Amino acid sequence: MPGTTIDLRLAALSDWTYISTIAIYFLAMVLYAVELAFSRKRAPEKELVAAGAVVVPSAEATPASAARPERSLPDRVGRMAVAFTVLGALLHVSSLVLRGLAVDRVPWGNVYEYISSVCAVAVIAYLVFLRRHPVRRLGAYVLLPLIVLMAIGGKWLYAQAAPLVPALRSYWIVIHVSAAIISSGVLLIAGVASVLYLIRKANDENPRRFARIAEKLPEASVLDRLAYRTTIFTFPIWTFAIVCGAIWAESAWGRYWGWDPKETCAFISWVFYACFLHARATAGFRDKTAAWINVGGFAVTVFNLFFINFVLTGLHSYAGVG
Amino acid sequence: MTDLRAFLRNTWRGLTSMRTALILLFLLAVASFPGALLPQRSLNAAKTEEYIQQHGWWGRTLDQLGFFEAFASPWFAAIYVLLFISLIGCLIPRTVEYARQMVAKPVLTPRNLARMPHHHQVETALPVDEVLSAARKRLRGWRIRVDEQQGTISAERGYLRETGNLVFHFALLGLLVAFGAGKMFGYEGQVILLANGSTFCNSAVLNYDSFRAGLRVDGTNLSPFCLRVNEFKATYQHNGQPIDFQSKMDYQIGDDLSGDRWQQADVAVNHPLRIVGDRVYLQGHGYAPTFEVTFPGGEQRSSTIQWRPGDQSTFLSEGTTKFPDPPGITDEHQRRERQLAITGLFAPTAQYNGAILTSVFPDLLKPAVAVDVYRGDLGQDSGRSQSIFEIDQVMVKSGKLNKVARKNLELGQDLTLDDGTKIKFAGVEQFVSLQVSHDPAQVYVLLFSVLMIGGIFFSLTIKRRRWWMRATPAGEGAAAGRTVVDVGGLARTDQAGYGEEFSRLTSDLVTELNKRGA
Ligand code: HEM
Repeated sequence: MPGTTIDLRLAALSDWTYISTIAIYFLAMVLYAVELAFSRKRAPEKELVAAGAVVVPSAEATPASAARPERSLPDRVGRMAVAFTVLGALLHVSSLVLRGLAVDRVPWGNVYEYISSVCAVAVIAYLVFLRRHPVRRLGAYVLLPLIVLMAIGGKWLYAQAAPLVPALRSYWIVIHVSAAIISSGVLLIAGVASVLYLIRKANDENPRRFARIAEKLPEASVLDRLAYRTTIFTFPIWTFAIVCGAIWAESAWGRYWGWDPKETCAFISWVFYACFLHARATAGFRDKTAAWINVGGFAVTVFNLFFINFVLTGLHSYAGVG
Repeated sequence: MTDLRAFLRNTWRGLTSMRTALILLFLLAVASFPGALLPQRSLNAAKTEEYIQQHGWWGRTLDQLGFFEAFASPWFAAIYVLLFISLIGCLIPRTVEYARQMVAKPVLTPRNLARMPHHHQVETALPVDEVLSAARKRLRGWRIRVDEQQGTISAERGYLRETGNLVFHFALLGLLVAFGAGKMFGYEGQVILLANGSTFCNSAVLNYDSFRAGLRVDGTNLSPFCLRVNEFKATYQHNGQPIDFQSKMDYQIGDDLSGDRWQQADVAVNHPLRIVGDRVYLQGHGYAPTFEVTFPGGEQRSSTIQWRPGDQSTFLSEGTTKFPDPPGITDEHQRRERQLAITGLFAPTAQYNGAILTSVFPDLLKPAVAVDVYRGDLGQDSGRSQSIFEIDQVMVKSGKLNKVARKNLELGQDLTLDDGTKIKFAGVEQFVSLQVSHDPAQVYVLLFSVLMIGGIFFSLTIKRRRWWMRATPAGEGAAAGRTVVDVGGLARTDQAGYGEEFSRLTSDLVTELNKRGA
């Protein structure tokens, strides 16, 4: 039977890589913070031109636009931060691959592995977005929750490399859980973007509020776009993940939907994101209400990750701490 | 009268507005929280009762308000019914509008293309009609309207967005209907069977240990099949973590039911048996010790009944095996003094702490029992319901049922009571607990879910965008005979990203014009 023997050497190597990943992310976060601290306030961006009722988005800036011959010190620090993030992401992925090889199965069979995978997706999503949008100033804010999550995962939720329990032995774990991981990871970025958007908005309305944080954040429209793009990218995947979960539940638990706490939570967060999309299309709710709803969806996602697994017992709880 | 009409119309408008839909959707999310946070009766009745007890008045009030069956509560129903009325009210006009758009031509070219978010102007030596034909060629796949007189083309693309969106919302309605139908016409029953060739037939509700029927199920129309459980096998890792559960079964359906032909099936976790519209699941397993009683007169009785697994990692189980009919006794009064019950613990892999039996492994390596034997009146005629796992403590307290022996027995060992009755721990069988489920609507649920995913995918990834061109002959003088080509573009939804496509389209057109001009 596959996945019943464990390579302890690879497992140890994976653990070691995991810890290094956290260290590298931490370093990157510090560098991002240094860049923020020493860079000037936002350069006044040129006013966007409104054509009729249609707002033209700012040209999609690329890092190439920063290719001035003389780079400032903060700029060089920021570039280093990105380099470290990339390095961290590579280590992170290796840690997952090693774990997978050690146990000869997908590396997301318990909460520790799941959290690690979600964080890896979040970092990769951020890096992908960074290639095309000016969001380097968000680096520290993106890495902070990830470092916290990974530290909690490594310290309190750590599970020894082990084979899967029988209920999880199904190809649906590959499909359903990977879709859930991708969604949660990308939605994490959306959540961070919406929180920062609200801060930025509050500051735009009253410059005294959140002055120190807000003045170095990107434009509200950039944050809004980040939140919106990541959410519309994820929503179909999240829907797919839930439907696959239902298909799996039908063959594993005897019914496709039973309002198990984890199922309920998934439903709630799905409705939150549907709400977000509607709010974006409804006059009067487009801006701050939508962002609040997105933050709510994010909160439910995180809540689902921890609370349901540890406080309540549901059918999903066997996937809990090892 | 007109007042009433106006009132109804306003209510309808209000209910089907986007704003109301948004609020209802939000309420739906909020109203689902109790279902996630509070124990729910349908999932765990015992825990729910305990919670209500612990919370006194507050618990009882929440109970009356339906918080422990949140998803069956009137307030939850109210929200989703309103939401779906709102959805229908929203979908009807949108569908009509959609149908109109599908046959309508793209909108006329605006007078001033320079004011569009995307704009470009070139000049070419080609005449207007040549420019139009070049553009038409490039605009394959777009819906276009050409005005030769004015020298304009309007093009539009991305109608699939609205298609996807409507499909998604309609599928959502379908999903709810199918979900409800499944609840009405479905049923679900549990039964425990010894894995030694025991049979079960899905012919009557009574054959189940527990049964939950949908509103439209009265138990007379169960899908006909029979099962025979031949074997159950669990494999474990050395640390006791299970690797695999599997049960070998035979089943009969259709014409076979009246004969003796059986078909084979392996049922395992994640692999239910699907027959005649029903599904049979392997939900659990455990052990059933066999006790052989030899009465003083030499008569023998044997019984094998499931004991309840307590700990899933060691399968230390507890239970009671009852012998209510001692042989050779016809007098009812005497019979009630001589009934026997063997109660205690069963360990698949025994270990002793002093005389205390525990189990150290879930598999059947060294089975043993620690039993108390009771004799007297089991209380089965008392009218109180009897648990199959326990003896009636009321009878024990009242002194009518007395403990007469206590001993640890390994497989094959026996004990002798004061009256010479011998009780032997003669063997162990495995049992499986099976669930039979029936839901005629679940394929439709799946179908609508797939439509939803497809619909939402197109709705969110496709952009509705417009492209216009105006070719104008360029006046007199040096420019005479040349044509000025203006192009403009507008994405009707989320602007970002159209720029690239617009530039590509425009530069392709320019390339084509240059080619033709050369
Ligand atoms: C049952 C609850 C509902 C759910 C789960 C739901 C879900 C969604 C989702 C996920 C979208 C995103 C698609 C997009 O942005 O293009 C959407 C769009 C939309 N929904 Fe709903 N919906 C529901 C009810 C309604 C109702 C009641 C209405 C009408 C009042 C409505 C009207 C719309 C409209 C007009 C759009 C398009 C918005 C746009 O162009 O972006 N929906 N819906």
